[in-house]
Amino acid sequence: MLRNTMKKTAGAGLVSLPLAVVEVKGAQKTFPNGFHALDPVDLTVRSGEFLTLIGPSGCGKSTLLGLMTDLIKPSSGQMRWWGGTFDSTGAAGKRLSIVFQDATLMPWATILANVRLPLDLAKVSRGEANERVRAALAKVGLAGFEDRLPRQLSGGMRMRVSIARALVTEPDLLLMDEPFGALDEFTRNKLDADLLELWRDRKLSIVFVTHSIYEAVFLSTRVVVMAARPGRIARVIDIDAPWPRDEEFRGSPRFAALCSDLSRALKEASEESGGQAAGGER
Amino acid sequence: MKVAAMSRESALRLVGPLLVGVAALLVWQLLCTAYAVPIYLFPKPTDIWSSFAANLPELMRALSVTLIVTLQAFVLAVVVGTAIAFVFNQSRLVEACLFPYAIILQVTPIVAISPLIIILVKDTRVALTMCAAIVALFPIISNTTLGLRSVDPGLINLFKANKASRLQTLARLRIPSALPYFFAGLRISSGLALIGAVVAEFVAGTGGMGSGLAYEILQAGFQLNIPLMFAALGLITAVGIVLFLVMAGISNAAIGSWHESHAEERGPR
Repeated sequence: MLRNTMKKTAGAGLVSLPLAVVEVKGAQKTFPNGFHALDPVDLTVRSGEFLTLIGPSGCGKSTLLGLMTDLIKPSSGQMRWWGGTFDSTGAAGKRLSIVFQDATLMPWATILANVRLPLDLAKVSRGEANERVRAALAKVGLAGFEDRLPRQLSGGMRMRVSIARALVTEPDLLLMDEPFGALDEFTRNKLDADLLELWRDRKLSIVFVTHSIYEAVFLSTRVVVMAARPGRIARVIDIDAPWPRDEEFRGSPRFAALCSDLSRALKEASEESGGQAAGGER
Repeated sequence: MKVAAMSRESALRLVGPLLVGVAALLVWQLLCTAYAVPIYLFPKPTDIWSSFAANLPELMRALSVTLIVTLQAFVLAVVVGTAIAFVFNQSRLVEACLFPYAIILQVTPIVAISPLIIILVKDTRVALTMCAAIVALFPIISNTTLGLRSVDPGLINLFKANKASRLQTLARLRIPSALPYFFAGLRISSGLALIGAVVAEFVAGTGGMGSGLAYEILQAGFQLNIPLMFAALGLITAVGIVLFLVMAGISNAAIGSWHESHAEERGPR
């Protein structure tokens, strides 16, 4: 019953092209050292979608995600969040959280204090904050670990803490930069499945950067394939496999077919990469 | 099992050095006795001990003088050094303009400056404290400055993404990140404060106004009282060791639970 309603919202979300969460309008990036990381890009992240950026190294996928987090400013072009500037984010319905490549936890602080950090910075009262932290930790399966220090946890558990910290502000958009790249495949699969559950549960929008074709196919509603030198979008592929996706999906012929499609698209993208001089085609 | 292994390890760390020390004293004693070395050339450990016991009140008084100068200088260096490091951290311009002078302060030998300070400053105690503080200052400035700058860039981004204010970033991120560097600075600086105090006393002491341990050594030297020289020297060394241990203890209490520099004491997780 619950599953069905969620399936409907996810499905409906794709059909009716809902609100744009992040709009990249001709944004490009050249770093101060002259490195041209990203050609002008147009991309809209729609509400409720799970969008994955994939491509060979140097394709600017992390730069593109950086633009969406506002930690990197575009050299030219525009960024829009819920139709406004980055300053307007943070209000109810316009919250975004970032999960970095590493867990980036404060080694001196307990798990509780680490997850509470965004609430502390926003001056939420201690009592309410602690309650929300406990809920977030329970959500990622780490209830009872509140008083541990980061070094006492495994890599996978630290990443869960990092996700709990991102969730504690109840974000509407989650920006994730290769969050599970350093984990073993078993742990990664588990975290992928948990992430999907959270996404469906909370009706999040997620932008996810990865190197892994399997991960992209398993997680995404839409995959953006990028090419390198200069970084640009090569293709956008809809992953229209049915929900919910579980371990059975990983073994299905549909999954294998989607993976080989994506693999081919990536191969074409990397063959286009680096052949021409930067911006030569434009 | 694990506890047994840990205590064996720490027992080794304690008993090993002690055995070496006792053995060295024994050899020293035996050699001096065997070759009948005169006491005014090189005293036996037992001679030094009896001189120490005989002059205990005088030595303790001298020790308290040196210790007070050392501690005052150390506290002064920590307060001033930390303040300077924070100013450096807030403004690149100030740091660029002033850091070379901090280095000049460091590379100029204290023996060379102390006569000047002792002449310029009327109160000898104050002069001694200043000399010792100058020596102890630099490690605090340089370590704390480095620490305040050595923040995980990922965490900086996290704070930025959460729209943290400058003060929040300082209090919640920069200061905790700087603590391991700060404590390393404390350890070096506490030893230097003692050295600075003793050196300054040497320079001032001949004037007859100083009366710390360095003064005792000088006086004993003039009187060829070699055992007393050794006793005072041993006392200075003991003070240095105690200072070092106290600093290590404070550091362990503050950051031992999380920082890598204490991983060995914690053992594998």
